[in-house]
Amino acid sequence: MNTFRKKGCLLLIAIGIYFLFSGSLLSASDSLPSKVLVSEIQLPAPKNPADINYLGLKEGANFKVNQVSANVVIVEIFSMYCPACQREAPEVNRLYSIIKEDPFFKDKIKLIGIGTGNSEFEVGVFKKKYNVPFPLIPDENFYIHKRIGEVRTPYFLGISIDKQAGTQVFYSKAGKFKGAEPFLEKIIQLSGLKKEE
Amino acid sequence: MTILIKAFSVISLFIWCTTAFGFSDALKGNIYSPGNLKPTDSVLRVEAGVVAPVFSLPAVSGGRISLAQYRGKKNVVLSFVPAAWTPVCSDQWPGYNIIKDIFSANNAILLGITVDNIPTLFAWTNQMGNLWFPVLSDFWPHGAVANKYGVLRTDGTAERAIFVIDMEGIIQFAHVNDINKRPRLEILVKKLERLKK
Repeated sequence: MNTFRKKGCLLLIAIGIYFLFSGSLLSASDSLPSKVLVSEIQLPAPKNPADINYLGLKEGANFKVNQVSANVVIVEIFSMYCPACQREAPEVNRLYSIIKEDPFFKDKIKLIGIGTGNSEFEVGVFKKKYNVPFPLIPDENFYIHKRIGEVRTPYFLGISIDKQAGTQVFYSKAGKFKGAEPFLEKIIQLSGLKKEE
Repeated sequence: MTILIKAFSVISLFIWCTTAFGFSDALKGNIYSPGNLKPTDSVLRVEAGVVAPVFSLPAVSGGRISLAQYRGKKNVVLSFVPAAWTPVCSDQWPGYNIIKDIFSANNAILLGITVDNIPTLFAWTNQMGNLWFPVLSDFWPHGAVANKYGVLRTDGTAERAIFVIDMEGIIQFAHVNDINKRPRLEILVKKLERLKK
């Protein structure tokens, strides 16, 4: 019986070491996260009525990205504690403003921030400090972060929502972007969103 | 079977806890992960209601800072973190760096302390941005202040601990956090808000 136990323990340790070094669970990946995972993740309901209205959601209901009233959703994975996210915040706010001021894109492209490892309070501190105008969602226990692949912050995802083609991650980027305009241009180009002639 | 469950639990903890913090892109390639550590490894020598042990330590910005210089003037928060260039520590202070207004509103100063030497702390805190609070080195005699408070671990690093000391020099809050996790910001803020301003 003791031999059986020892063998069982060794087997479990071997499995643990395999996962640890395979990188599948641990790597701070810069690669494109699984589109299936991202679209299937349940996000907690925003509490702020302005955020609910912006995303076009029902009040108090958890949601998935494909329920957002938009053609494209830009998701920023950030943390209140991340110096790079703090430095990038004004530029991300500017991205929001550029989109909001464009009559064609303002209802087609929406932004969401997910505060990895941040409580609701901590996300609120970040929102207040940088006057973030778009919804920020807490991911206190790293649930979303782990499902996405433990990416570095800030991390940006471009997700297209199409009722027929489904939800697709068409873009991902680790680290800060070089200006709101070129970033938006890239999002528009890759998503296939085009202004009507 | 109990042994198997314990072994699996240890492996699971190691897989899921070691990399959940320190994901800022600003730190990429510079963080040493010590793995999952024993949550606490010391015995507190102080508690709420007692006079805080006095100390004087060299600051990264030059000169020395003593606890006594704030007596009758400011509430003091001591934030001990285990070591420079490690995952959780590297984002805890950048988070505090954006809440100077909360400290000011509660007439409090934050003193960050580690057992690292000044040159190491200089390089480490520089990549966090301009910290508004003093960072102190408890390097020599090694960990003497951490030891006075009972937060020196057996490997010579400090615990991840917070002490809130009022203007009369009395400890109002003593908290040793799980070293592998970041203390929730709201816990500290609530304690600060209860202090006499």
